[in-house]
Amino acid sequence: MNLSFSKEDLDFKQEVVDFLDSNYPGDIKERQDKRLPLDKEQNIRWQKILSKKGWFAVNWPSEYSGSPELSLTQKYILQNVLAEYNTPVLLPFGVGMCAPVIFSFGTDKQKNQHLPAILNSDVWWCQGYSEPGSGSDLASLKTKADKEGDNYIVNGCKTWTTLAQHADWIFCLVRTETTPIKQEGISFLLIDMKTAGIEVKPIITVDGSHEVNMVFFDNVKVPCENIVGEVGQGWNIAKFLLMHERSGIAGISGLKRELSRLRELSASTIVNEGTLLDEPAFRAKIEQTEIELTATEYTELRTLSSISSGGSPGAEASILKIKGTELQQKLSELFVEMLGYYAHPFFAENELGSNDSIGPEYAGSIMPHYLNYRKVSIYGGSNEIQRNVISKAILGL
Amino acid sequence: MDFTFNEEQTLIQRQVEQFIQRDYDWESRQSLILTDSGYSLDNWNTFAELGWLGISISDDSGGFGGSSVDTMILMEEFGKGLVLEPFLETVVMCAELIDKAGTLEQKKDVLTDVVEGKIQLALAYAEPQSRFNLADVMTEAKLESDNFILNGFKSVVMNGPNANKFIISARTSGDQRDESGISLFLVDAEVSGLSSRDYQTVDNRRASELTLESVVIPRSCLIGELDEGFMVLDAAIDRSILAISAEAVGAMEVLYKTTVEYTKTREQFGTPIGKFQVLQHRMVDMFMEYEQCKSLLYMATMKHDEDSADAKKAISGLKYQVGNASKFIGQQSVQLHGGMGVTDELNVGHYFKRLTTIGTIFGNSDYHLKKYTSL
Repeated sequence: MNLSFSKEDLDFKQEVVDFLDSNYPGDIKERQDKRLPLDKEQNIRWQKILSKKGWFAVNWPSEYSGSPELSLTQKYILQNVLAEYNTPVLLPFGVGMCAPVIFSFGTDKQKNQHLPAILNSDVWWCQGYSEPGSGSDLASLKTKADKEGDNYIVNGCKTWTTLAQHADWIFCLVRTETTPIKQEGISFLLIDMKTAGIEVKPIITVDGSHEVNMVFFDNVKVPCENIVGEVGQGWNIAKFLLMHERSGIAGISGLKRELSRLRELSASTIVNEGTLLDEPAFRAKIEQTEIELTATEYTELRTLSSISSGGSPGAEASILKIKGTELQQKLSELFVEMLGYYAHPFFAENELGSNDSIGPEYAGSIMPHYLNYRKVSIYGGSNEIQRNVISKAILGL
Repeated sequence: MDFTFNEEQTLIQRQVEQFIQRDYDWESRQSLILTDSGYSLDNWNTFAELGWLGISISDDSGGFGGSSVDTMILMEEFGKGLVLEPFLETVVMCAELIDKAGTLEQKKDVLTDVVEGKIQLALAYAEPQSRFNLADVMTEAKLESDNFILNGFKSVVMNGPNANKFIISARTSGDQRDESGISLFLVDAEVSGLSSRDYQTVDNRRASELTLESVVIPRSCLIGELDEGFMVLDAAIDRSILAISAEAVGAMEVLYKTTVEYTKTREQFGTPIGKFQVLQHRMVDMFMEYEQCKSLLYMATMKHDEDSADAKKAISGLKYQVGNASKFIGQQSVQLHGGMGVTDELNVGHYFKRLTTIGTIFGNSDYHLKKYTSL
């Protein structure tokens, strides 16, 4: 056991730093540093830059990514340096979610059609899982796909579909069969969003932003060959995917950056003769958060290390989901606390940045972020469901 | 010892309750947040007609001479309806202050109009560096012959965009954080040299940043004694904490009850989610937090009215508890509503947002715990 980096690791770190110094676009950096949302083009451009360097699909086998696989330590270094530079978080739906399903369960035709397009960020994916009546109880989903010749006819509705307004394709869980055990009639289906009969309706969230949507399917015709894996095996694929989603959900490296930013900003927030960082109550919360964050980081590293020596991400991923999202929410709360009254002026997403800020220049996005991040303990399997998973799968209760 | 409302108070409670049920349905409320002022003048006139705007103003000033208990009853019901009309800002924060400390002329000038619903007021006490310290005042007022000249900046002035007059704290002597040397001024919103940047707050209310550049006001605009404004301001904030805590308690009641009802109807895994013990216990905790706040609210309000020696400590204890409970109940209501809880469409998110701002306004839990310790 040791925690130190080898000379090769340190060289790799320098390579990442050098790469970012010369390749991180100024306009994207500016919006990231001001905590303003990126547009579609900026997201895609950044992903293409990373992809060209071979640092985009780092969790893919090299036969699909076309790049040498990084070691666990290298991935750790890459993530941390990217986070320190405050580069955009990658959109997980294609590279982190759909692609692992395709390269693990898909046909050669599906691999050839979709993997290069995901690798190159030419196709934007979204996720069709939750339905109005099926949230935590995902397996109760009702969106139907009825076979008609070489096609499925899809009818139903998906909800909380993140960024569906930009998406070219959606991967869906659909019911291909009514079976006594509800999990057994579910299949994993890829649908082109341009197909006739699909309608996307925005859902506005408490922070005033348009991030999620409802997606309606009205007699949407989808070729049978767009099923991934076996018909009726969708639930197993969904579980596989959820485990991938949950393990990435902690976002540790980003949290480390946010925590040091909080420390920095609270050290320049005046309270009487001193600063907010000198206030014992606030300081204690920062330090407690740091300890909890460090514990979560090393829990993640232990998990990843066991995966890289042959294990698979199991229910341990649920620990990371719970702890990671709790930390994300705690930090968003502390930022709000830091601002005091200046957390209250409010501008909708599209007005942010077009106004001179009220209060400190970083103030504008902090309250919307806090409000928006109430979602993280709900999505990807609510934290209550995650605790059920741990209690059942690990504790055997 | 008596924890019951008298007949008159029960009547007021029913009256406000009825108003909210009849005239303050969710759709109407949501249409108000899109208007310029963010509240309804018709409603404000109704408040005046029903005597609510003068409930806490003394008889001599044309009010009804009520106590903090009366204000509490009103504010708790307003909290249930998530009422946008700036009663707290105009009546509790400002009119009561003038009633208690103003000159006869100021009372005559302002209070009749307030009681009749003709004007709006706003208290400008916070500054960018002051955080929650009322004594941290950099805005200056200099006496020159018979005028005061004001220069400075006031931040997040609640109800600022609607105010016809401001009460502004300014330093007339002493150092930046001295309690002595602060004076309060009644300033017309139209006065030359006073400019404002108006905006909406996250709870869909209105606020302003005020810049004062050589604002000239006559000496008669001084409220109370020169240099002695801190005590007056501090007392106004104490009353305001009681009022906003009552609002919070009302909002918490709606949130925990709404959540309980939702979990009875929302089915997952073939059963209402309210049947799951982990959620039951969470809702029990929400309920208990609400009850504990209500207890501290009643206690602190009565101590305040009785002028008890530990009233200030009770008020800080209350605000500490309200801050914590607001966060817990707000966050858990969202959590138990799942995705629906984070939508703009559902009322839950709006109650959550108001409870979030209430947690900060007049000092957050950390601030009041520290103050409680020092008292």
